[in-house]
Amino acid sequence: MAKRKAYSQLCKAIEAGHFVFTGELEPKKILDLSEIIHSAKEMKKTKRIVAANVTDGPQGDAYMASLVPSYKIQEEAGIEAVWQVTVRDRNRVALFGDVVAGAVLGLKNILTLTGDHTALGDHKKARAVYDIDSTQFCEMLSIMIDEGTDYEGNELKGGKIEMNFGCVANPNSNPREPEILKVGRKVDRGVDFIQTQTAFDIDDAKDFLKDLEQYNVPVLLGLFPLKSHGIAWYFDNYIPGVSVPKDLLKALKKAEKDNKGNKPGKYAAIDKINIDFFKPFIAEIKKTTKAAGIHCMAVEYERLFAPLLGEYPEYVKYSM
Amino acid sequence: MKSVYDMIITQLKDINEIYEMVKSYKKILIAGCDGCCQPPRSISEAKVLGQLLELKARTEGKELIWKAITVLRQCDDRIAATTVRPYIDDYEAIVSLACGLGVVMLNKVLPSKLTFPAQDSMFGGVQNSGENNFIEYCEECGDCIIGETGGLCPRAGCAKHLSNGPCGGMVDGMCEVGGYTLPCAWVRIWERLKEFNRLDLFKKYRPPRDFRTSTSPGYLVVNKEYTNEEEKKEVKT
Repeated sequence: MAKRKAYSQLCKAIEAGHFVFTGELEPKKILDLSEIIHSAKEMKKTKRIVAANVTDGPQGDAYMASLVPSYKIQEEAGIEAVWQVTVRDRNRVALFGDVVAGAVLGLKNILTLTGDHTALGDHKKARAVYDIDSTQFCEMLSIMIDEGTDYEGNELKGGKIEMNFGCVANPNSNPREPEILKVGRKVDRGVDFIQTQTAFDIDDAKDFLKDLEQYNVPVLLGLFPLKSHGIAWYFDNYIPGVSVPKDLLKALKKAEKDNKGNKPGKYAAIDKINIDFFKPFIAEIKKTTKAAGIHCMAVEYERLFAPLLGEYPEYVKYSM
Repeated sequence: MKSVYDMIITQLKDINEIYEMVKSYKKILIAGCDGCCQPPRSISEAKVLGQLLELKARTEGKELIWKAITVLRQCDDRIAATTVRPYIDDYEAIVSLACGLGVVMLNKVLPSKLTFPAQDSMFGGVQNSGENNFIEYCEECGDCIIGETGGLCPRAGCAKHLSNGPCGGMVDGMCEVGGYTLPCAWVRIWERLKEFNRLDLFKKYRPPRDFRTSTSPGYLVVNKEYTNEEEKKEVKT
């Protein structure tokens, strides 16, 4: 498949050979965007994060839709959005409509996802849609971008949409072969980049990246800095297929216990644990694999970006 | 004895829910079904339901007269009509222990009485041999693809009905829905196709489904005539 033009800053930065970083923002059950905008501005300040993912109802919960926050962070924080769109809640008609709306709002990246099942979320009785699956959504986006029509070939007035899109891959999946083959189906449908679920095991991550090399698509390895022991514990127990190393869990617990009542001390101790773990992790990935960058899911944990990413070059050119 | 049953899997409704439907009647007919509905809902189950409804009525200070019968197959219009018709004049309403098809059929062939469902019909499935559980194997989607998935259906077997799985909710071969107690259909499909060296089928992309094949109400016209001359005829005219 011919390589698609880079429309987004993210894809332009990757194309130019930068080792890129993306961040993550999570609109929640809240009638307010100020926290998201604040986080996005903090990401922008790092000058290392080229785009921020905006999640779409993670864990199947009913949260604010990802479309408007994606637009707002571009407008108000000046950082490009990676608009996450799951196929869980919308059929092909609604997905088409949303993508056109996103294109009109100037969004340049879509991350296609299946979406955690509603049975896991806070509306367990809901009917999960899954009219098309995420691979079929990739095909639909390819058609919209490359042909300028809807899935059935009806013309979209105004022509082709100018977007890049990615898919996800899970380095924790066991067995791995069906996961790799599934990613292959998506690559064949024209994805521009891959962002992975979070990895904690460096050897596993390297193996996984090696397996994905055959597809010749830029991969951003997902990392999840752990802001607190509670979050680490939740992640370990409730996020499918992710296990946090026991040492890391223990260290976080100890850091919180040792600094009870001392907030700055606690923050410093937790940050140190994360930096000691993830800094060499990132350096190793950059040095030994063909990964195009890191998807750093430090949600509401912006203070870690400067010490973690500070030594990597700025890419001011790719800001919006 | 048959080791595996294929059937309509049903679940008895809560007794309070059934009672709510029939509490305005004094005399009811309870019809079991000897057809494919599983677990079995025959004469003894109909009798127990009658006793339970009677007890429930008594707690509200009411008398409920009931009769339990069973039908060979409630979904067969002639069997259903001939078996149940002799009783209906004496009873005000019917409670059916069949699947949804049986309830609809009794309402259709005996329109002078209302028939209420005592069961929730769950899915078309089979019982695991020797185990007390039932699994959905076919959702009757009208567009069978199991020829390319090793004889396992990803639509009935996958919580997300994926045509191109597995998804990220698979952990150690198990599905996120149901708390990792059920196997991921797509991992099983991968295992089976790999065994036969047919991963070419696994790698194949399957385009979006045509949901017109499963739009309600389902309706199928069966031709009464076939000929191999048809095409020639069309050419002539």
